[in-house]
Amino acid sequence: MNLQNIINEIEKVDPEVYDRFDSRRKVMKQFANLSGKLALAAVPLAVASMFSKAYGQTAADVTGVLNFALTLEYLEAEFYNNIVGSPGYLTAPAAAQGALTKIKDDENKHVAFLKSVLGAAAVAKPTFDFTAGNGSGMGPFAGYLVNYDVQLAMAQTFEDTGVRAYKGQAPNLQSNRTVLTAALNIHSVEARHASHIRQMRRSRNMLIPAGQTVKPWITLNQTGIDAGAANGAIQLSYNGEENTNQAGVNIIGLGGAFNDAAAASQAFDEPLTKAQVLTIVDPFIV
Amino acid sequence: MKKTIFSPPLEEAKAISAYGRQRRNMLKFFGASAAVITIGSACNHDDNPVTNSGGVNLGSGDVGILNYAYALEQLEAAFYEKVVASPYSGISAMESEYLTDIRNHEVAHREFFKAAITGAAPTQIIPALEVDFSSIDFASRASVLGTAKAFEDLGVTAYNGAGQLISTTGNGPTYLTLAGKIVSVEARHAALIADLISNGSFAATTDANGLDTANTPATVLGIAGKYIKTKIDASHLPS
Repeated sequence: MNLQNIINEIEKVDPEVYDRFDSRRKVMKQFANLSGKLALAAVPLAVASMFSKAYGQTAADVTGVLNFALTLEYLEAEFYNNIVGSPGYLTAPAAAQGALTKIKDDENKHVAFLKSVLGAAAVAKPTFDFTAGNGSGMGPFAGYLVNYDVQLAMAQTFEDTGVRAYKGQAPNLQSNRTVLTAALNIHSVEARHASHIRQMRRSRNMLIPAGQTVKPWITLNQTGIDAGAANGAIQLSYNGEENTNQAGVNIIGLGGAFNDAAAASQAFDEPLTKAQVLTIVDPFIV
Repeated sequence: MKKTIFSPPLEEAKAISAYGRQRRNMLKFFGASAAVITIGSACNHDDNPVTNSGGVNLGSGDVGILNYAYALEQLEAAFYEKVVASPYSGISAMESEYLTDIRNHEVAHREFFKAAITGAAPTQIIPALEVDFSSIDFASRASVLGTAKAFEDLGVTAYNGAGQLISTTGNGPTYLTLAGKIVSVEARHAALIADLISNGSFAATTDANGLDTANTPATVLGIAGKYIKTKIDASHLPS
């Protein structure tokens, strides 16, 4: 990629392109700074964001969505940073520890990636209270650091919520194809994490309500989690997943009787709005 | 691999200046930020779409993307239907449960697209495709799970890559959300299948930034072509 060629091309249709940045030198400097810092994959995104800033076009919307995503990634990354090495985690088998470490690494990479894309526009990391006590440290998940099964239940809820949160924001990123694609490429990784955590929970068979089976996919609006006082809050992450009608098409019975309501709901994950997600994560943010 | 299935050639890297007219149009419509975006990935654009050798035409615009997804779901559903109908030797109860669930999901996806496209553009829906599973040994766990992993990972990259090709107006945002609803389920499948092959490999596909990959329709159909007998013309899809 040759930035000079790109700018030359844009100059043909927009002679003021350089005026939109402070100066030609500044463009080159910005780019040099960026490319020095970023992994190759992030460079086109950074360039796009540079131009978004210069043109002021939908940049605010896209920046807002990215900061929302960054906030969720901060939450996930710090959660896994806290639990990996914790007393609860140390009771888990080696394979489980490896999986949680892999997920921790992915979430920290997502934080770094989104921060690199947002640059100075990145929001600061909030202070978290993973007991879900809004800063009291006395929420329903107090003691999560010593309880491996509570850690897995929280991880499942965070991952499933993350999947639904990214999905809900996709249409708001359509004005920037690179950012949209990057967000989709994170979205599917969160789903991979959710799938694995759910398998881990099934094999442990702990904190699972009677009559429910935890599968890699979400059945109806079942949480698959019985965490006592936190059940009501966890339910918010799964409400709406029972949907079996997609764009006016009733999925139940499609292709055969095996597609009952449970299967029809599993086949499609459902989005959450930003407001719904913020309500869900509010108890965790001081 | 049948080269005729897709066009234009992907590897044809071109100088930016070759996009003069296209770029100007894009700038007009989307502004510079959108235009710049094409730099990293747009080297498969072609001002002169290859005259296609025929085959089933996916069509253009959002309907083309829906047909593209429908084609992939047909392939996946046909595969899992066969897996469930004739399970590999030594299949465990849990594997059977999961593969049956996945069959149900893929059939639901296939039939959903069939109904949705029939509703939105009844004259443009592609027919049922003929698959070629001759390279798969359905009696072998390794062959079945290896193929399943390839299909699921491919499906994830396909949906991730198609998102940006969906229009921003009309039903476009709705279609994008629908694609999002499906791709995360495909990713759940992909992770499970990867774990069945090697526990803990659920996200081994991620890159240095912790991201999955997005593929263009040309790349995806190039890979899927091995399993689809029907010739597919993807040359009119948005790019």
